[in-house]
Amino acid sequence: MTQPPLIVKLVTMSITIQFFASLREQVGKQQATLPYEVPVDVSTVWTKSTDNMDMPDNTLCAINMEYVNRDAMVSNGDEVAFFPPVTGG
Amino acid sequence: MPAILLDNIFNPWDEIQRHQAGHLQSGHYGATATFVGTMRDFNISESVSHMTLEHYPAMTQHYLDTLCTQCIEKYGLDDCLVIHRFGEIRPGEPIVLTAAWSGHRAQAFDACRYLMEELKARAPFWKKEVTEEGERWVHNDQQTEK
Repeated sequence: MTQPPLIVKLVTMSITIQFFASLREQVGKQQATLPYEVPVDVSTVWTKSTDNMDMPDNTLCAINMEYVNRDAMVSNGDEVAFFPPVTGG
Repeated sequence: MPAILLDNIFNPWDEIQRHQAGHLQSGHYGATATFVGTMRDFNISESVSHMTLEHYPAMTQHYLDTLCTQCIEKYGLDDCLVIHRFGEIRPGEPIVLTAAWSGHRAQAFDACRYLMEELKARAPFWKKEVTEEGERWVHNDQQTEK
């Protein structure tokens, strides 16, 4: 008797990280992706995505387009952004 | 109450007229306050040939849309408009327009300034200037003049 095909659903667990302006140049990349394994805060995301670089004191952080503090928790699928103080207008 | 991001030159006065014609009811508002920010050819005593304005597209649009909605509610406006450039900008070109329409002048003046100050403090844009010495990122302590 023929067995039905086994369907395996792969669920991607990851965090997307973006760097802008002078921080992008310091870090040396615009974007990174980290696997999401356990709950982590924004500071940890920075450390893991920059090979343990120190985060400049004036760095601003956002999760999903909203400003957050460095101790904010990151969820699976979130986009985390790091950038220097803004200079628009 | 649109917030518009543009990568090429715009005429702020045409945009104000177009917005009034398309979004506001003639006779319903009594005051229009506008601010236009234009690129200078100097900064911290050096001449600047042009600059590049980088931004975080999704967050910029989200931030400015939210700002406009909050501003209309805070000041009881008929409407407001924000237009901001990104990409390469040359001296003399407009960078930003904020405009507010209301029943009376006090709310329009206050709202126009509020839009501009909030935008400068929190909208995710970054200026990189090109001078004879090379390129440099503008820091916010270099543009604190109000």
